[in-house]
Amino acid sequence: MAAKNIKQTAVRLLVAAVLMFGFGYALIPIYNIVCDITGINGKSSSLQEVAAADADEIDKSRLIKVEFVGTPNSELPWEFRPLVKSVEVHPGAVTDVYYHARNLVDYSVTGQAVPSVVPSPAARHFSKVECFCFTKQTLEAGETKAMLVKFRVDPAIDPAIDEVTLSYTFYALDKAGKVKQPNGEPVGMDHDHHSHHGQMPAG
Amino acid sequence: MSTTATAVEGEHHHHGPAKGLSRWLFATNHKDIGTMYLWTALAMFFLGGAFAMVIRMELFQPGLQLLEPEWFNRMFTMHGLVMVFGAIMPAWVGFANWQIPLMVGAPDMAMPRMNLLSYWLFPVAMLVLVSTFFMEGNAPAFGWTFYAPLSTTFAPDTTDFFIFGVHLLGVSSIMGAINVIATIVNLRAPGMTLMKMPLFVWTWLITAFLLIAVMPVLAGVVTMMLTDRNFGTAFFEASGGGDPLMFQHIFWFFGHPEVYIMILPAFGVISQIIPTFARKPLFGYASMVYATGAIAFLSFIVWGHHMFATGMPLAGELYFMYATMLIAVPTGVKVFNWMATMWRGSMTFETPMLFAIAFVFLFTIGGLTGLMMAMGPADMQYHSTYFIVAHFHYVLVPGAVFALMAGVYYWLPKWCGNMYDERLGKIHFWLSAISVNVLFFPQHFVGLAGMPRRVPDYPLQFADFNMIISIGGFAYGLSQLLFVYIVIKAIRGGQPATDQVWEGAQGLEWKLPSPAPFHTHTTPPKVD
Repeated sequence: MAAKNIKQTAVRLLVAAVLMFGFGYALIPIYNIVCDITGINGKSSSLQEVAAADADEIDKSRLIKVEFVGTPNSELPWEFRPLVKSVEVHPGAVTDVYYHARNLVDYSVTGQAVPSVVPSPAARHFSKVECFCFTKQTLEAGETKAMLVKFRVDPAIDPAIDEVTLSYTFYALDKAGKVKQPNGEPVGMDHDHHSHHGQMPAG
Repeated sequence: MSTTATAVEGEHHHHGPAKGLSRWLFATNHKDIGTMYLWTALAMFFLGGAFAMVIRMELFQPGLQLLEPEWFNRMFTMHGLVMVFGAIMPAWVGFANWQIPLMVGAPDMAMPRMNLLSYWLFPVAMLVLVSTFFMEGNAPAFGWTFYAPLSTTFAPDTTDFFIFGVHLLGVSSIMGAINVIATIVNLRAPGMTLMKMPLFVWTWLITAFLLIAVMPVLAGVVTMMLTDRNFGTAFFEASGGGDPLMFQHIFWFFGHPEVYIMILPAFGVISQIIPTFARKPLFGYASMVYATGAIAFLSFIVWGHHMFATGMPLAGELYFMYATMLIAVPTGVKVFNWMATMWRGSMTFETPMLFAIAFVFLFTIGGLTGLMMAMGPADMQYHSTYFIVAHFHYVLVPGAVFALMAGVYYWLPKWCGNMYDERLGKIHFWLSAISVNVLFFPQHFVGLAGMPRRVPDYPLQFADFNMIISIGGFAYGLSQLLFVYIVIKAIRGGQPATDQVWEGAQGLEWKLPSPAPFHTHTTPPKVD
């Protein structure tokens, strides 16, 4: 009978619409997984992978120029820049560099740095062993701090790449409602990008 | 749902429409709802057109004369939103309401009361959207694509009204689409097999599936904006671990099928009109159906071509480039079929046919510039210039809008029982066809020369072309007032239309009396 069929068609289509609403949300983890696998979008490798990597294999035959960029977001009243513009490293070697940060206002400000690596195919071969971007950083009024990044370029990096840029944007955390901390964990960590998609609300 | 279905059967015993305002407020008749959709869409067409006129006035000369830049941004934002969501999409829903039951031999839409609800959500949504002009913070100014973070971190509080408006429009469209599919699937007359359906019905069936697939994604992306803005999530906020680029991916996953939602019913209308006035059956009916399906499928896998300039990796750029170019194949099949239908036909050139031929010609120009922009490296030059503005206006104005006009002239005698004034119709056609090219063709040139879109001012070397464009714009806008006059004149009187109306017209709707009575196909017709 027509009425029963109409109802059946309508219910099926309604279910399809609801599923597509969910699919819109599912695009985010899908996108993150694709970025993880391919290293596009500059999301660099995590701490855990570095610990597992073999520190002995240093490729002395190649030198890669690593350039550093640092930008404070317009809402963060800080001076923020790398202390060295660039270093040349052998793939496999662990290198330390420092960023300079100074709070320009007379009250304490907390910020969070978000890293990015270009060219994007280099991102998954660029690992940070230690980084100020793993946690939030607080500077007291007028305080100056040298912030450490310990990184390693994987010898498996594409031979065609001889220059890599590591860039940080430092965001203000105290601006009301602007920066979020799901589960009370520090946000914007590389770790977060990887394991459970930091931007999903409340886990 | 069962109650709505009984309403269909119950209406067989009614005698005519309710009297006075309640006829429209509580309309469940597909013809009344179709009429309301079409009038409201026409009103929105003029509202969006008024915004466009303001834009063209500002751009008439270099320098800032009329508007603050922020007002200019509001104008092009609201122009886009009103035209896409308020004019073109609802106008097609109006056509679907009027024509689908007539063409498949159904007594009404499958769910008349849901139909009523989906209509009324639409003017309410437009009211919510336009009311932002009268609020503190004013109307949205971030473009119809509302990219984050412009629409999240940096947008006024009224953006939440915009989001609510989009939600309502989404619900309205989804319900409308469910109704269309339920009608086509369940209420076709005996003998009307799928491959005997008129092409307008086919294209709307596929459009309805597109709507159900992507309107929820649009609802999802505005919901993410809403929670980012008000409830502390960070979907599109880099400092919270989100990604603003993600917005573009999700938006264009909706946005590309959306452009086919606006154009597929146009393909359907043109495929009805050309055979009528060429007095030949449509060439390649089956290939038309498959081409429509292919276009709909491809529309889901090409969204990245809107994002070539975002720093996409080479592999992604190549994929989206080739996938996009592939769309030219089924579209080419369609254009070929329309031309082959006209080939050696005994053609006459009444107003609907003039608009249909202009559609084939001018839509193809828009399609070809689309192919140019599909090339990733070339797109770096075209990106965000007036060239893209020219491209999408060619497919939407002499494309979708001309098809709407053609459809109105074609079916108006069936709807109101009188012929429109053919002489005025032809004048309307020529005014529109000439002015639309004066309006949009020079935009290719200023675009190639590097004039960016969405900027209220421009360097002196673009001054002459912009003045020509503005004059074309005013002429096109004014010409549409003639269209309103012609429609009203036909409704109020004129030469009575015959049942078949056009000599070469084939199909169930042309076997009904003109004007189509309030209740039609109460006993399903037989289709051989």
